[in-house]
Amino acid sequence: MYGFEAMTFNIHGGYLEAIVRGHRAGLLTTADYNNLCQCESLDDIKMHLSATEYGPYLQNEPSPLHTTTIVEKCTLKLVDDYKHMLCQATEPLSTFLEYITYGHMIDNVVLIVTGTLHERDVQELLEKCHPLGMFDSIATLAVAQNMRELYRLVLVDTPLAPYFSECITSEDLDDMNIEIMRNTLYKAYLEDFYRFCEKLGGATAEIMSDLLAFEADRRAVNITINSIGTELTRDDRRKLYSNFGLLYPYGHEELAVCEDIDQVRAVMEKYPPYQSIFAKLSYGESQMLDKAFYEEEVKRLCLAFEQQFHYAVFFAYMRLREQEIRNLMWISECVAQNQKSRVHDSVVFIF
Amino acid sequence: MDLLRSEPMQLVQLIIPIEAAHRSISYLGDLGLVQFKDLNADKSPFQRTYATQIKRCGEMARTLRLFKEQMIKAGVSPSMQNTRNSVIDLDHLEVKLKELEADLLENKANNEKLQHTYNELVEYKLVLEKVGEFFSSAQNSAVAQQREHDVQTTVKGSIDSPLLLEQETTAFSAKQVKLGFISGLVPREKSIPFERILFRATRGNVFMKQAVIDKPVLDPISGEKVDKNVFVVFYSGERVKSKILKICDAFGANRYPFSDDLGKQFQMIREVSGKLSELKTTIDVGLLHWSTLLQSIGHQYEQWSLLLRREKAVYHTLNMLSFNVTRKCLLAEGWCPVFATSQIQKVLQRATRDCNSQVGAIFQILQTKESPPTYFYTNKFTSSFQEIVDAYGVAKYQEANPGVYTIITFPFLFAVMFGDWGHGICILLASLYLIIREKKYSSQKLGDIMQMAFGGRYVIAMMAIFSIYTGFIYNEFFSVPFAIFAPSAYACRDPSCRDASTTGLIKVRNTYPFGLDPVWHGTRSELPFLNSLKMKMSILLGVCQMNLGIILSYFNAKYFGSSIDVWHQFVPQMIFLNSLFGYLSLIIIVKWFTGSQADLYHVMIYMFLSPTDDLGENQLFVGQKFLQLGLLLSALVAVPWMLLPKPFLLKKQHEERHQGQSYSLVHSTDDPIESGPHSPHGHEGFEFSEVFVHQLIHTIEFVLGAVSNTASYLRLWALSLAHSELSSVFYDKVLLMAWEFNNTVILIVGVIVFICATVGVLLLMETLSAFLHALRLHWVEFQNKFYVGDGYKFAPFSFALLSDEDEL
Repeated sequence: MYGFEAMTFNIHGGYLEAIVRGHRAGLLTTADYNNLCQCESLDDIKMHLSATEYGPYLQNEPSPLHTTTIVEKCTLKLVDDYKHMLCQATEPLSTFLEYITYGHMIDNVVLIVTGTLHERDVQELLEKCHPLGMFDSIATLAVAQNMRELYRLVLVDTPLAPYFSECITSEDLDDMNIEIMRNTLYKAYLEDFYRFCEKLGGATAEIMSDLLAFEADRRAVNITINSIGTELTRDDRRKLYSNFGLLYPYGHEELAVCEDIDQVRAVMEKYPPYQSIFAKLSYGESQMLDKAFYEEEVKRLCLAFEQQFHYAVFFAYMRLREQEIRNLMWISECVAQNQKSRVHDSVVFIF
Repeated sequence: MDLLRSEPMQLVQLIIPIEAAHRSISYLGDLGLVQFKDLNADKSPFQRTYATQIKRCGEMARTLRLFKEQMIKAGVSPSMQNTRNSVIDLDHLEVKLKELEADLLENKANNEKLQHTYNELVEYKLVLEKVGEFFSSAQNSAVAQQREHDVQTTVKGSIDSPLLLEQETTAFSAKQVKLGFISGLVPREKSIPFERILFRATRGNVFMKQAVIDKPVLDPISGEKVDKNVFVVFYSGERVKSKILKICDAFGANRYPFSDDLGKQFQMIREVSGKLSELKTTIDVGLLHWSTLLQSIGHQYEQWSLLLRREKAVYHTLNMLSFNVTRKCLLAEGWCPVFATSQIQKVLQRATRDCNSQVGAIFQILQTKESPPTYFYTNKFTSSFQEIVDAYGVAKYQEANPGVYTIITFPFLFAVMFGDWGHGICILLASLYLIIREKKYSSQKLGDIMQMAFGGRYVIAMMAIFSIYTGFIYNEFFSVPFAIFAPSAYACRDPSCRDASTTGLIKVRNTYPFGLDPVWHGTRSELPFLNSLKMKMSILLGVCQMNLGIILSYFNAKYFGSSIDVWHQFVPQMIFLNSLFGYLSLIIIVKWFTGSQADLYHVMIYMFLSPTDDLGENQLFVGQKFLQLGLLLSALVAVPWMLLPKPFLLKKQHEERHQGQSYSLVHSTDDPIESGPHSPHGHEGFEFSEVFVHQLIHTIEFVLGAVSNTASYLRLWALSLAHSELSSVFYDKVLLMAWEFNNTVILIVGVIVFICATVGVLLLMETLSAFLHALRLHWVEFQNKFYVGDGYKFAPFSFALLSDEDEL
């Protein structure tokens, strides 16, 4: 499995790995979160963040702040970091970095298509898109009426095109179809990313396959839970699961037939890594599942930094920052809406 | 003031009535002699007392940044007009800044709105022109075609059935009428994907025409300059139209209506041009207002930002004070030098008086076991030398400060390596230039390297003066010897000087009075002579400096009252070093004076190998053998003396103190001896093995160090040799060689190469390397004899230290 990465990795990857580890040191710590949770107003949050890496991004914002501004500026920092790294990267790291954004691209495509379906203004939708998943002709998505058109008009130029091969139908777009499209795309994307990482080999392959397998399993569980009680057939559901991961293939067979959350739980508890996650939940509850999964994910992502000479640190850093921004959004929302008692509900401490 | 020791410090407590707090702190900031301790370290920034004020300052700073940005955009530079008479306080400033900001933003918004319309009209005009061109050319070709067609029909008309054809053409034209079109502008880099998407979306059922606009256009929405293309798209059918409109929106293509009627076109162009000129004047007026507004801000900008920085610093300091229980006064703790006591008290009194406060501030001195900060009172001359020492480590509180000696020894050791009075004068001139323009340079921001040279200008000047001195001793001027002080003492035996290099010269006058006789230069025996001289000199200098270091350790031990260190550290160290290398220095001097032929290597080596042997021809003075034996024995005794007694004595001392502690009176820790380095140890656990190992390491380090450090001083010789050889190479091989060609061009080239090499290699690189070696000799060889350097610097709260580049 391990080659001689230590000998040659630093020729191209050393600088960026140093950069990303530096960025990682700038992530908010538990002490920061504790302080943030005690904030009384958004200005307090701004004041606290001004001492962190977000400082330069927030310092020029006039005083009545909004949660959206904070999130927007924090995301801007992430995007700047990403762009800087992408500029410096050489093959195959640059491809690896680009792969990280495809997930956002899929989300953005789905967002625009759903938005136009519900007659929203395109400009307004564009503002909501994640800046990492932007591509040139994204606004044109509004024109498409069905998936074939969507593909032929816009997506054929994007890196998502190969993933579309499975879901080209002439059916009109509706919510259900779009959701299926999202999951099909995501499945294809995860599988492709997985193959790519396997090709890279070495520690990258080992760590990334673990992280991606976790991602795939989480999606499988979410798809199952979300499709309970819908008209999605078992076979269709089975088709949406990614063809790798810890649950593949036997777990998928069992998940495909689940009819309620407790059955899902019974399936998942057979797998030791997921046992602990489900052990935290009481029976019949699915609200806290997301948080439990996030916590597990953060733990795994942090572990990626324990090894050197591999690309998974970039993936881990991007994911951790995104989690941090989600945390900040939650805290700011709680502070802004005076719901401070709920502040700990959804915050996942990173360190 | 004792130069050798840092200022005596005291921990003071200030109790300031809350109404006088702000003023007191700002007066103390003017004074700049108190270092406040953070008494609220456990509180997060927004939980502190003055968090709101700091937030206000931050908000104002943001406004000022906005002004600055706008001023840069408008090309207005903030002029520093010292309008001190209009002293403004924070509240007024806040109001004023808010007003100005609102004014500025409104003005900006208006301008932007106008600019938006203006840009739109400009784009519209461009569309009208380009599309008009296109339409007319199309019409011309269509007319030409039509005419041809007509000609054809008229020719063939009689033969073919004209009715049918006419019908066809009319049917064709009827279809043509239904064609709609959209015109507008699209950014150039998006034009190709735009066309592609249009083609795909309509399955090729559009006709699109683009025309390039030569100059970049201001985009109405973003206000930035963008390269754009004018396009016209022809389509048929409503569904296609809606698709095209959506795509236009998606690509940020601005659409403008256009009519194919020529008359209307002209009218529109006229209208648009009229509107444009109207708008232009309005915009100009707006811009003028904007820039005058900014100019008036610019006059006061510096003053405001200074005030804001000070206020922010004051509130940050206030946040470090703790609230008294009664919430009527603030409690401050901090370090200050003892000499500043009366000044601080005076300042506090003034502050409370100025605030009409009912009660005065209370100033009291606290007792503490904490180690106080180190504060050396420096001036602009001594500060850079102190920096050299601090770069290694800040002195422990009140330990002997090597900075005092560094002022002389540092430039001197540098000069030993850099002895050339020609080079010395060059560097002196450069540093004098910096010193003369000191006032000008200190107020402005310099580049990185320039800043470094400027900061060390006095060090450089001293180094240059000393290297002029050693240059005279070495008799080097760009490696040319000069007989300045007297003619050379030696002369050839006969006028032809044939045998000068074989049998040597004869002495005709008294010895050359100062430095090296110029006649040595260029002879075959120059190098062996100089090497021997410089090598011995380096050892003499090194032994002197190391002895100074050890003597300083004696002063430290005496000052901190530790007799163990005097008797079991200082004395054996002195004995060890001097019985070996002090003796070496002695015999070097004896050899110089007596002119003996003794081999000093031999003497030193056999002093160890076979001390009882007869010295033979290497004997320098009577009784040398017995002296050597005695010295060797004392050196051998010194080693265990250094190693063994100290740990045992410390252990004993600790045990005594530990026993006595539970019974003895609680005495005040007033005297400095008690608060010295050993008292904190007394209360902690005493780990004998640790102390012993520590002492072992110390002893080994000293014993080995005595040899290796002495050898290390030989770098003085090596560097000075390298310097003189390099400069002689440049002189002989470049300048003299160029001279010999008797060709002006070659001479000029030679001179240029010589100057470049002298400046680049000798004046810059050699200076740097000699500097670094001198630095090493001070940090390692000198300071490790006595310097602990684990203190921390006194960092007073002072407005003068608020740096200008400090971001608002």
